[in-house]
Amino acid sequence: MIDYVIANENVILAALSQHIMLALVPIVLGALIALPIGFLAVRYGWLYHPLLNVSGLLYSIPSLALFLIIPGIIGTKILSPINIIVALTVYTVALLVRVVADGLRSVDGIVTQAASAMGYRRIRRFFEVELPIALPVMLAGLRVATVANISLVSVGALIGVGGLGALFTRGLQLRYLDPIIVGIVLSVLLAVLCDLVIVLVQRRLTPWTRVKGRS
Amino acid sequence: MITFDGVSKVFPDGTVAVDDLHLELPTGKITVFVGPSGCGKTTSLRMINRMVEPTSGEILIDGVPVTTQDEALLRRGIGYVIQHAGLFPHRTIVENIGTVQRLTGVGRKAARATAIDLLRRVGLSESLADKYPVQLSGGQQQRVGVARALAADPPVMLMDEPFSAVDPIVREGLQAEFLRLQAELGKTIAFVTHDIDEAIKLGDMVAVFREGGHLAQFGSPQELLEKPANDFVADFVGRDRGFRSLSFDSADELVIDSVASVSTGGEILVLDDAGRPVGWAGPGLGDTSAPIPHGGTFTRGDSLRLVTDLAISSPVGIAVQVDVDGAAVGVIRHTSLVRQLDERRRRRAEPTA
Ligand SMILES: Nc1ncnc2c1ncn2[C@@H]1O[C@H](COP(=O)(O)OP(=O)(O)OP(=O)(O)O)[C@@H](O)[C@H]1O
Ligand SMILES: [Mg+2]
Repeated sequence: MIDYVIANENVILAALSQHIMLALVPIVLGALIALPIGFLAVRYGWLYHPLLNVSGLLYSIPSLALFLIIPGIIGTKILSPINIIVALTVYTVALLVRVVADGLRSVDGIVTQAASAMGYRRIRRFFEVELPIALPVMLAGLRVATVANISLVSVGALIGVGGLGALFTRGLQLRYLDPIIVGIVLSVLLAVLCDLVIVLVQRRLTPWTRVKGRS
Repeated sequence: MITFDGVSKVFPDGTVAVDDLHLELPTGKITVFVGPSGCGKTTSLRMINRMVEPTSGEILIDGVPVTTQDEALLRRGIGYVIQHAGLFPHRTIVENIGTVQRLTGVGRKAARATAIDLLRRVGLSESLADKYPVQLSGGQQQRVGVARALAADPPVMLMDEPFSAVDPIVREGLQAEFLRLQAELGKTIAFVTHDIDEAIKLGDMVAVFREGGHLAQFGSPQELLEKPANDFVADFVGRDRGFRSLSFDSADELVIDSVASVSTGGEILVLDDAGRPVGWAGPGLGDTSAPIPHGGTFTRGDSLRLVTDLAISSPVGIAVQVDVDGAAVGVIRHTSLVRQLDERRRRRAEPTA
């Protein structure tokens, strides 16, 4: 095992960095896209259910199918990493729209009204009142999306671009266990690490959620 | 001064919340909007800071129509306090209090200093400064809500049932604190409540609303109690309004009998060495060495209501007046009191020239 790692250090590192890129770029893009959509779903109540239905539908498309359909839709080469990034961004958006909308809906109307009555303008109110209060719900959703993306990237190996997933396909082809074990361990470690980072960020950004209320 | 000039509000669903309201809220005074649920009090209040826009008519603050002013800037100059306080859960107590100051560009340090000062003024400990709202009791949160509204020192304050969500004892404390603050600050305040007792206690002026957004009467608490404009107001003000209206009149004009006069009825007012009343003794009451408690005394400046209450609740039907040192100076029997109240009523009923 150690021998395998030492001998293939470059291959493993390349797979790992590709895995990180393929998993995290869609998270950032997805969050940026989901934020305004979730906001609209709350701002215009009639949009909430249609948007949630559509995102539920998108989320239920099998990932391998999505990886194969996307080149047909956006005209990329079948082996392009962009396909994976686009597909995972779609999943992330589908997951986070609901989370963003539910987070924003969890903000007490009395509080937003009070903010307006004190003289907040609309946009500043969103960033200084609604968004921070919705943050705990949103970050919980982000954890789910991140872990899901990290595991989904491996599926891409079946169409030739899959980060650590490439180690699984290689192990299968060579009937050799070491790359598979290394792939699994790194993938799990990566997921745990990313999750931990988000938890730490959450602790730092939302200190009010950790104080003990009196009742 | 806040002027409602023929203000109406009809909501898109056709609900008439406020109907042709004409009203002037005097500068530096508390004007209370009171009335049953759904009669348009909140809507009227929220039209002052443009949270709701009138369908017709105009609201002016010191002669300037509110609609000519930028919404956000207008609101930063008007304090706003609501039921349950509506504090920002993600901000500490000092950050909550400093909200408007931060919006108007005051630095963090200066806003904090003001906030800590205000915390003390509303009767809270400085140790709460860096806590979050969930860590405070309802009464404490409500005080923070008041402090937050005061922080930018706005000349006008809007308060929508600010004390209704706390228990009666806490509410009394908040009301007393509020009156003490107002005596110091002299803000122009519009205060909404559906509790007529609170209206009478806090209001310099009271606007009684009735269903459909009509103004039923506008006047001082005393006017409301003594001269209700119609049956609706009389009914709303309540059955014991006669008794309550006594709290606006001083007892100083009552004819008081001498302390010695009590012996004619057989009762003995037991005094200590300094002449302070200790209690009652006499046939059926107790020995002079173990008198029964007198239950309270009154002094110059107390209200007719207090004297009446003392006379009625006294074991012998006599209220005792004391001087500033607590020494008994006179008594009044409830029979005499009732006669004098009756004369007072007759005098009032006569048209004043
Ligand atoms: N946004 C709205 N859309 C439609 N109708 C409304 C709206 N806001 C208030 N109303 C209606 O307008 C009327 C007056 O409401 P308002 O809130 O001013 O009453 P209120 O006197 O404050 O009552 P309460 O004592 O219950 O708070 C009510 O019939 C209410 O249902
Ligand atoms: Mg109301």
